[in-house]
Amino acid sequence: MTNTSQPKPKKLPNRAHNNALTRPMRKWFPLFMGPMTAAFIIGFVWPFIQGIYLSFCKFRTVSDAEFVGFSNYPKAFEDASFMRSFWYTALFAIVSLVIINVLAFAVALALTREIKGSSIFRTVFFMPNLIGGIVLGYIWSMIFDGILSRFGTSILENKDWGFWGLIILIAWQQIGYMMIIYIAGLNAIPDDLLEAAEIDGANRWQSLFRVIIPNVMPSITICTFLSLTNGFKLFDQNLALTEGKPIDMIDLEPVKQTEMLALNIYNTFYGSNTAARGTAQAKAVMFFILVAGLSLAQLSFTRKREVQQ
Amino acid sequence: MAKNVTQAPALDPKLMSGLNKKSRRKNYTALTVVLSIISIVYVLPVLAVVINSFKENTYVKTNTFDLPFGEMWKGLDNFIKGMTFGDYPFWRCVLYSVVITVISTALILICTSMAAWYIDRVNSILCKTIYYLCVFSMVVPFQMVMFTLSHTATTLHLNTPWTIPIVYLGFGAGLATFMFVGFVKSIPLEIEEAAAIDGCGPLRIFFFVVFPMLRPTMISVGILELMWIWNDYLLPYLVLDRNEYRTIPIHIQFLKGSYGVVDLGASMALILLSIIPVIIFYLACQKYIIKGVAAGAVKG
Repeated sequence: MTNTSQPKPKKLPNRAHNNALTRPMRKWFPLFMGPMTAAFIIGFVWPFIQGIYLSFCKFRTVSDAEFVGFSNYPKAFEDASFMRSFWYTALFAIVSLVIINVLAFAVALALTREIKGSSIFRTVFFMPNLIGGIVLGYIWSMIFDGILSRFGTSILENKDWGFWGLIILIAWQQIGYMMIIYIAGLNAIPDDLLEAAEIDGANRWQSLFRVIIPNVMPSITICTFLSLTNGFKLFDQNLALTEGKPIDMIDLEPVKQTEMLALNIYNTFYGSNTAARGTAQAKAVMFFILVAGLSLAQLSFTRKREVQQ
Repeated sequence: MAKNVTQAPALDPKLMSGLNKKSRRKNYTALTVVLSIISIVYVLPVLAVVINSFKENTYVKTNTFDLPFGEMWKGLDNFIKGMTFGDYPFWRCVLYSVVITVISTALILICTSMAAWYIDRVNSILCKTIYYLCVFSMVVPFQMVMFTLSHTATTLHLNTPWTIPIVYLGFGAGLATFMFVGFVKSIPLEIEEAAAIDGCGPLRIFFFVVFPMLRPTMISVGILELMWIWNDYLLPYLVLDRNEYRTIPIHIQFLKGSYGVVDLGASMALILLSIIPVIIFYLACQKYIIKGVAAGAVKG
């Protein structure tokens, strides 16, 4: 399972193609590639190119775009809410990364021992993954408000509750997912290694840190990067749980205290100030570079490990 | 060397493993108990939804964790009220969600598997370009293209539940093509060559020879796309005509938006209705779902 879950765009091999096979195929391009290519251009290529272009424009709708060069980018940095949401998101991503991975690894470690009913536990822990972000947000806001209403308050009134509430929600949702990847990694460790360590007199902590963890490093890399990018890209849960509330005034401007990057971009696009759409698109481009950079870092990391093994 | 061999039986592996098991069994019971407690905590949020979906509105906020007895009991009235909640019939949300999810997934599976086969077997420069663009599209977050994509979709009238699958095919093509190409590579050419010699054209080779062999990847990709599209909120929210068409997530976020005004008990009834099919689906094809979701860890 770990193998398939590692992103590795292999080079297409230069096979010695049988002419009898490929020559008649070439003329079938419109049928085999046509639908996918057309939709891909509509759904990705064209919007992407247009998005890059619009980040250098002043516009309210796509049709009234006016080229303004780089001025959108400095404007994005001047926006206090953008930098705030960036640091907030970074903090959130790192805290959630640590919590999710430590707990998921612990659960995976427990479930790979011969426990009765371990498949039932696995089923239960994985279940929240299938519920969508919006529904999850609604469920948890009911639960948090159910607790907080006893103290006459709500999750929307304190930014720390908003932060930790979202951490709890995300941990609840993603621990099961990471657990599955860790279980696959743990099952791939040969039993001989652990037995050898035991015979050599290693205690549990030693065999955990010297044998088990070095051997599941590929899974750990995948899971850390996954939870990091998931944290940065988080949108639905953020929108449904707090919508960025509470709102504070900073330099006479309202700034949403629990707003993450993706939601900040969304609010800049579709907020009341339609003149800021150029800035929003510039933010989106920077957001894309950030997320793509993280994914590329993951790719080079996993590749290095593969070479070593 | 000889010494080692003679010493080996002295370790008596049976006794050793027996000892280990005994010394560990106690811990395992403790571990099982701990895990059981955690799993109960884990299902509590879902149980809370079940409990509150039968509760009178005013008690949902004040007595969230109490069982709905006595005056709190609202029973099925919540479900009946939920059906027409927010001035929008719930059955239409279900219908649109099902239509969009099923058509999009089917379209993605057929179109991208055909494309993936062609890309790998023909392997021309154009094919390679499209393939690398697909790989590239996997790292692009939706916020990057959301404004321009929703504009393009509206211009091309892709804003109804029956046409939005084309948008999904376009935006979801990357991951699906990537996964299919990875699998098609592992299928030996000889089978197709044999079919070609027997007189099959490319179309028949694909649908009668290659397509059946793609089944395991079809299931993985299909489940990934199903889960993504069923739960997706932002794309249909921006693309679809909001007053006319709402999917389940859009409807629920709409109810959440009018928080405090809305009947919480009835909202919980709707949430319960929308997660029951997901949980049944999960319990029925758990094995495939876990495999498929783990295979798609690329996208996350």
